[in-house]
Amino acid sequence: MEYFLELFLGGLTRGSIYALIALGYTMVYGIIELINFAHGEIYMIGAFTGLIVAGLLTMLGFPGIAILAIAMVCAIVWAAAYGYTIEKVAYRPLRGAPRLSPLISAIGMSIFLQNYVMLAQTSDFLPFPELIPEFGFMKSMGSIMSSSELVIILATISSCVGLTLFIKFTKLGKAMRATAQNRKMAMLVGINVDMVISATFIIGSSLAAVGGVLIASHIGQINYYIGFIAGIKAFTAAVLGGIGSIPGAMLGALVLGLTEAFATGYVSSDYEDVFAFCLLVLILIFRPSGIMGKEKTQKV
Amino acid sequence: MSNASKTMAQQSFIGFFLSAGCDNFPQALKRSFVAALWFAFLTFPIMVIRVNTIEKTVAWHWDRMAYIALAVFFGSFVWRWLLARKELKKDESKEESRVESLLTKVQSNTVLKLIALGAFALVAAAFPQVFNLYQTNIMVSCLVYIVLGLGLNIVVGLAGLLDLGYVAFYAVGAYAYALCNMHWGIGFWYMLPIGAVLGALLGIILGFPVLRLRGDYLAIVTLGFGEIIRLVLENWGDVTMGPSGISGIDRPALFGMKIGVIGSTQYMYYIMLGLLVFTIFCVNRLQNSRIGRAWLALREDEIACQAMGIDKMKTKLMAFSLGATWAGMAGVVFAAKTSFINPASFTFWESAIILSIVVIGGMGSIRGVIAGAIILILLPEYLRDFAEFRMLLFGAIMVLVMVFRPQGLISAKRKIYHYTVSKTASAGNE
Repeated sequence: MEYFLELFLGGLTRGSIYALIALGYTMVYGIIELINFAHGEIYMIGAFTGLIVAGLLTMLGFPGIAILAIAMVCAIVWAAAYGYTIEKVAYRPLRGAPRLSPLISAIGMSIFLQNYVMLAQTSDFLPFPELIPEFGFMKSMGSIMSSSELVIILATISSCVGLTLFIKFTKLGKAMRATAQNRKMAMLVGINVDMVISATFIIGSSLAAVGGVLIASHIGQINYYIGFIAGIKAFTAAVLGGIGSIPGAMLGALVLGLTEAFATGYVSSDYEDVFAFCLLVLILIFRPSGIMGKEKTQKV
Repeated sequence: MSNASKTMAQQSFIGFFLSAGCDNFPQALKRSFVAALWFAFLTFPIMVIRVNTIEKTVAWHWDRMAYIALAVFFGSFVWRWLLARKELKKDESKEESRVESLLTKVQSNTVLKLIALGAFALVAAAFPQVFNLYQTNIMVSCLVYIVLGLGLNIVVGLAGLLDLGYVAFYAVGAYAYALCNMHWGIGFWYMLPIGAVLGALLGIILGFPVLRLRGDYLAIVTLGFGEIIRLVLENWGDVTMGPSGISGIDRPALFGMKIGVIGSTQYMYYIMLGLLVFTIFCVNRLQNSRIGRAWLALREDEIACQAMGIDKMKTKLMAFSLGATWAGMAGVVFAAKTSFINPASFTFWESAIILSIVVIGGMGSIRGVIAGAIILILLPEYLRDFAEFRMLLFGAIMVLVMVFRPQGLISAKRKIYHYTVSKTASAGNE
């Protein structure tokens, strides 16, 4: 039973991180129907920025909580800046081009960013400082759940709730929903669509950065390659829930995280990534619209 | 007079270049300055600071920031100019580039065409005799990539199905030869067709469930399949020998004779050359066949294509499995050439390289894919100093090509039927 609980909580943590990345995928797809391949790289860049800032502050002797806060803010700022720039450079000139073009451009961007970080920083694994402190009240539960897992799950829940409220009640959120429904019509009623798309990229990238810093601190090491697998898995989660749907992405991420945790716990840990890919293939074949997605007929 | 007009044109070109996309030059200057500042900020943590958390040291590389700012400042002029030029040329996008019109000229003239082909054949045949082993080896791998590119070109370029797991079929061909050779000593020449058949079969098996998906979903699923195959190769140690790979694979023997290293490399080169000629012949014939035209129609508009009575599933499956056939063959050749394979040769990056060959060369164009492979594979080999920047450049070029020249280096030419409308008919229309 304790093993089961441990796996369950581990899966919940995994799922939380996938959810933070998957939200970015699903928001971008909802608005411009593009699989933003470079999104995993944004997550990686967020983690790297967090590492660099945290390393600097540790040497300057800042207290633990301040380091976590400042590193998190810096990671969010820079990841958002990267997301904004990528959209402007690689996707905006391709609006209205055939569907394959922006997708190939996104793959190119992803390859570019990975190698850029590898060349500028290092290709080795870098140790990541433990930013999340051990809480005193967690001691009794130490064997099944660590404090960082608790922080990750809580941070994800609050981000998701915040995002849902934002989309539902703010003016920008309304504009986003309008753009997702019909871009031309949104333009006609006076919505600055370019601005809305940029905002989508910025919000998605910020969430990915939060996930990047939290998971890096939890696992304790990062390298330039982490974005690739995480990106694909988060995409799986987004598709699982129904791409374009925000609650769907959260649910899909949770299902994927739990599946992976139980499969590696009870079957075999060698094939960890294979389970995620198999799940992806099976979903796309049998229910391409996902758990919460709507069936869409293709228009001529 | 003509001189004066030339300088006029030059001046207006410079003026156009400097203020492209902006109202005037000062505005352009300002925008470039802002872009430089923005990129300096953007790249600041990752380019400038390097923290070593173990030894607690920090290295600051301020010089890199200066380089980036300068490069972006000047690069943004070029960027805006290229964007403005693309906008201007939108209406006349059918216009051929200089290289393309030269190629068409050569191709339309029978004598010139024969001379060009003869020269190519001579250079290709003499290559291993003239150059040393190292060069021949590089050329063999370049030829392998051309064949792979042409195979993927069927799937991506002609049928418009984005396949990001193409390397899976390549891996299957290579592992099939390696395992059959290790266990039963089956020779290269038996395995070449078997590899092709295995590739095609796997293409059908994988294609059957996934080809119902729309473009971008297909890309992700094929990527997933590619990774599944690689992970299985890595983890199924009893059969595939795991990450350490299989070594001592036989090179092909020439009529049972054992030939030395130099001989076998040259032999390999000629085999590859033959395979390439066969591939070009097949792809060329396929392109203009009924099925080839069905692929193009499917790529352009699926629904209209189905309305014309083309079986979508069958056509897509044909493209997928035919593309996989060449990957299977190239895999067998690759295993025979290196005589050692391991899963690390079949990562997603390999798929990405093959895809960039097709995209950069020109989707759907045989000449383009050949040019793309020669540029992308040979250039990094000779520019060894820049080897580590190779993937960085691949990524950047993929983005730039998509933004500025989506048809690739040498764009595919569509067959055009010329109608001569008779005078009475045109008069009747008026």
